[in-house]
Amino acid sequence: MEQVLSQAVLVGIITSAIRLATPYIFASIGEAFSQTSGVVNLGVDGIMLVGAFMAYYVVLKTGNVWFAVLAAMLVGIAMGLLMSFISVSMRAEQGISGIGLYMLGLGLSSLLFKVLVGSVQTIEGFKPLDIPFLADIPVIGEIFFKNSLPVYVAFLLIPAAWWFLEKTTWGLKIRAVGQNPAAADSLGVDVIKVRYFAVTFGAVLASLAGASLSTALVNLFQENLTAGLGFIAVALVYFGGWKPVGILVGALLFSTVNAFQLWMQVLGVDIPSDVAVMLPYLLTIVALVAVTSRIRPPAALNKPFDRGEN
Amino acid sequence: MSQDTVVKNESSQPNKEKPKWDELLLKTSMPFLAMFTALLIGAVVLLLLQVNPFEAYAAIFVGVFGSVSGLTQSLVKATPLLMVGLGICIAFRASVINIGAEGQIILGALGATSWALAFKEWPAWALIPSTLVVSFLAGSVWGFIPGYLKARFKVNEILSTVMLNAIALQLMNMLVRGPLIDQAGVAAGTYLAQSEKLPETSWLARLIPQSLLNTGTFIAIGMAILVYIFLWRTTIGFRIRAVGLNPDASRYSGINVPFYQALSLTLAGGFAGLAGAIEVMGVHHRLLEGITSGYGFSGIVAALFGGLHPLGLIPASWLFGSLLVGADKMQRAVQVPSALIDVLLGLVVLFVVGSAYLSKKWAANRLSNSKKANGAQS
Repeated sequence: MEQVLSQAVLVGIITSAIRLATPYIFASIGEAFSQTSGVVNLGVDGIMLVGAFMAYYVVLKTGNVWFAVLAAMLVGIAMGLLMSFISVSMRAEQGISGIGLYMLGLGLSSLLFKVLVGSVQTIEGFKPLDIPFLADIPVIGEIFFKNSLPVYVAFLLIPAAWWFLEKTTWGLKIRAVGQNPAAADSLGVDVIKVRYFAVTFGAVLASLAGASLSTALVNLFQENLTAGLGFIAVALVYFGGWKPVGILVGALLFSTVNAFQLWMQVLGVDIPSDVAVMLPYLLTIVALVAVTSRIRPPAALNKPFDRGEN
Repeated sequence: MSQDTVVKNESSQPNKEKPKWDELLLKTSMPFLAMFTALLIGAVVLLLLQVNPFEAYAAIFVGVFGSVSGLTQSLVKATPLLMVGLGICIAFRASVINIGAEGQIILGALGATSWALAFKEWPAWALIPSTLVVSFLAGSVWGFIPGYLKARFKVNEILSTVMLNAIALQLMNMLVRGPLIDQAGVAAGTYLAQSEKLPETSWLARLIPQSLLNTGTFIAIGMAILVYIFLWRTTIGFRIRAVGLNPDASRYSGINVPFYQALSLTLAGGFAGLAGAIEVMGVHHRLLEGITSGYGFSGIVAALFGGLHPLGLIPASWLFGSLLVGADKMQRAVQVPSALIDVLLGLVVLFVVGSAYLSKKWAANRLSNSKKANGAQS
């Protein structure tokens, strides 16, 4: 047990946790935008998979991570518009349309991978980027300031999302159509347009979450790379009470559990790996039980908006 | 069809039965329209990947309908889809979305395997029914958990069932590599992740020599009829549907909404569990990794396609069973990955739920038009 809790291991766990939080943060913040506007997008995992594959494929072919980011954003826009069309314009049952999007993403990413790549190959993705001076601080520098760019962007996304949702007119509109679309509509807010924006923006972040996984964290792609990470990201939005800071706490909690689990396996601590892999999923259920009865979701969550015209 | 013609038709024939037939036609044609659109988009994807879509689709068709073995395989695959779909129907009717069928299949398969191996010496007439009951119970435990969490703590059942899928998968991997592992494989040094072969007394009879088709298919069809009777002819079934149609009205009339939602999820788990048992007892005769083959998800598609109706589900699950078989054959014949089928399934789901609004809107339009027309007549 002494070895487990040595300083080196603790630093290792925290460093991994910071890195591993990245895709959770991207995806959950994206989902928070979507849900704040009243649309549950359960297709996050599917969007992540396609985004992860496209980014990976672009790096594999061009070696340029910026093209990869661009490709992932395009994937997000396309899949976000599709989700918006089905869930907002066609007022579909959001739980089911999200599952449809998930299946589409899972299938599409596997199909593309098998046809275009075929075998698992690693790529050279984002390189670690030391922040001058800060990276030299002992321990702290190693944990926080020697990461790759997507990690920094993810953490900057938290205050940015808070500012956008709470302090800008667009943020107000997104919150308004999620709380009371009829009232927002009567004040001249275009409910459909705002929801399209929020869902599509959320999908772009989900796609970037996938890209961060395949080009900055593991630097490879394989079938079902995310293994349900996107669904945990959706759960984190509930856990975080639709607030960016709450989401950050949730994302760190999960990534810490994940990092702990990985390090335990590395150190050869005797817990069956299957049990260790179960942990994050069990934790999700426990977390949902703990918070769900205490939080209040956006009032119009999951309710398609219909002006009642024909 | 322009609105004028609709009005004319309605005014010339103020027969009350006719619009209902129209509606039914519209309702049944919508899924096919969705399927057609999905195939069309799938063709575009294939073209982009420089694959000839006609060749791929033809390979699917020939793969299923070109041989007796293709046909029997499609029935073998349709069986778990039907079973899973029945559970999904029950849950959806109570407006609960059960994404947990994958995990529930696993629990059913685990339950069936452990039970049949524990009571090897029992005669078939005792072992088969008791194993089926155990698998139903095991699956329903995995449905009861999210049901209870939803009823008691309002936990979103979609998220909890997805998590339970992942947990069930790890649980099975652990057991099938550990306590349940086939000792023959251990002795031979292969350590295959599969259980010991089940006693023959627990096997479901094969119907056609050289095929995997077994009596499980009849069990599934029988269950479909039972579920139909349950939902439309019993009080509990009526309450489940009432909860789904209008939860507020149900609450005011004294129906315990959370209870019936939890019950529907528990039953859904049970049927998925039975699907797992049939896979084990009728098809593989043992538990092995990958036993679910994604039926938990494709069952959702079949259920939606079948209009969430137990009887509509029978042809729908056969259709999707055929698609799954065809996809495997296509992969071998023209080297198009069978993942194509997941793309098509996803698109079908999107278009089916998307088009539900269109048919509702058209129906409403026609109703108001016919009212206008009737008003003009009188």
